[in-house]
Amino acid sequence: MRLLSWAYLAAAYAFVFLPVVVLVVFSFQDGRLPVPPFQGFSLQWYDKILGNGALMTALWHSALVAFVSSALALVMGFLAAHALARVRLPGSVLLRGLLIAPMTVSYLIIALGLLTTFNQAGISLSLWTAGIGHVVINLPLCFAIAYAAMGDHQKNAERAARDLGATEAQVLWHVSAPMLAPALAAAFFLSVTFSWDEFIIAFLLTRFDVTLPVEIWSMLRSGLSPATNAVGSLVFLVSVSAVVLMEIFLFRRPK
Amino acid sequence: MSLHAAERKLGWGLLAPALLWTLAFFVLPFLAMLALSFAHMEGRAIVQGFDPGNYIRAFTDWSQLKALINSVEITVTVTVISVVLAWPLAAIIAWRVPQRFQRLALLMAVLPFWTSYVVRSYSWLLVLGKNGVINKALMGTGLISEPLALASTRTATVIGFVHFFVMLLTLTIYANLIQLSPNYARAAQDLGAGDWATFVHVILPLTLPGVITGAFVTFVLCIGDYITPQILGGNAELTLPQLIMLQMGRSGNFPMASALSVVLMAVVTLAYAACSRWLRLDRL
Repeated sequence: MRLLSWAYLAAAYAFVFLPVVVLVVFSFQDGRLPVPPFQGFSLQWYDKILGNGALMTALWHSALVAFVSSALALVMGFLAAHALARVRLPGSVLLRGLLIAPMTVSYLIIALGLLTTFNQAGISLSLWTAGIGHVVINLPLCFAIAYAAMGDHQKNAERAARDLGATEAQVLWHVSAPMLAPALAAAFFLSVTFSWDEFIIAFLLTRFDVTLPVEIWSMLRSGLSPATNAVGSLVFLVSVSAVVLMEIFLFRRPK
Repeated sequence: MSLHAAERKLGWGLLAPALLWTLAFFVLPFLAMLALSFAHMEGRAIVQGFDPGNYIRAFTDWSQLKALINSVEITVTVTVISVVLAWPLAAIIAWRVPQRFQRLALLMAVLPFWTSYVVRSYSWLLVLGKNGVINKALMGTGLISEPLALASTRTATVIGFVHFFVMLLTLTIYANLIQLSPNYARAAQDLGAGDWATFVHVILPLTLPGVITGAFVTFVLCIGDYITPQILGGNAELTLPQLIMLQMGRSGNFPMASALSVVLMAVVTLAYAACSRWLRLDRL
């Protein structure tokens, strides 16, 4: 039974890692196709993609839209969570449901709805219309994380600050936000990841200034290529470094 | 103005940006899409009106209905396989792996989450393709002489999806398992239950919330995904999202695409209703 467990664990990790390993290994392929046999080690594909202007522009667009849309979603989500956790408002259950609702709707449908609306309103598509879509998908996430993190502890500290004469803005900025910092950072980080990797909204709502996943998608049309492997490996490297840094600095619990 | 009223005004003020954003960019677009789904096409022009024709077509035109059936079949298959594979994995990590390595074990299991979603499907193509790793390995050992047609099949789509969702389900089931007190199992065994009976009647039902939550998220994400079936399944058999994209892209038929999207949402809502009893989305 014990042996069987370890065998299962090994098989599971093999399955999880197989495509990733294949992706990374064949990004170093010294040949035209990223499939066996491995013809030797080469960095030519990395050289090629780093010199690819369209790809680098797409990378910049992705980073820009990820940070701006996540920041917006975080601020709005935090303020809304604060309002619903602190002040008794009529219909607050309904309001909470409304703010969470986009989470249960497929990205494709959100994108299609926005596309229809933008078309009818005569708004032309750009990186910013995709950004609007990314705020829609990240706002519920930021709201839910911030709302879940607010407890009585914060409530008392906020009340104390108010009694000492702090304005609501001061309470938010000097008391609530710092006390919720880990949750807010996690929400921001998750939002950035989702936006950075999001394909369908960016695909349907941008026209010329595309993001990285959309650019990778168009690379796929020309078939298998070690260049695509190289891009994928670099994205993987960046994300894994970010996760490791988060793990070290944010989620490490004091022992 | 009383203190209470002032507080309320403040509350609405803080709530306003998020509320307005959701109304303007989520509720309004959804209503626009709903209205559009009752329009129809005349040539390349969209004619507004109240015409249920798109919905009738979605359920009577075989090429449209087939996509819905494909999507539901693939999604159910993926969800079941993922749960069956993820449960033992979560249990092994929770019960066999030493405590201080558990976090690392989980982190490693979800590592491929952090590759680009598009690239992950692509890398399965490298594994399953005609010249891919599996075919080359099998032919190298002489087990087969002709490459197996693995890519551009439903099997490839299912494998790609299962790869992603096993990780997700492992997390939700693990979170559920570590909260279980070992006393439940001990009590069952003291009362004379064997290992199997303890597992089926005590442990398994207690992990149902984690299983259902993970399975629901899997269902929602899987049935709405365009990328994986498009890259791995090809155009041999279409799923609903592929058909929606096709209606929009090739024929510019936004009304039909909207109607199919509403159908997709209805399926998700049905799934939600079916498992809402056990769902703990707030605990994700």
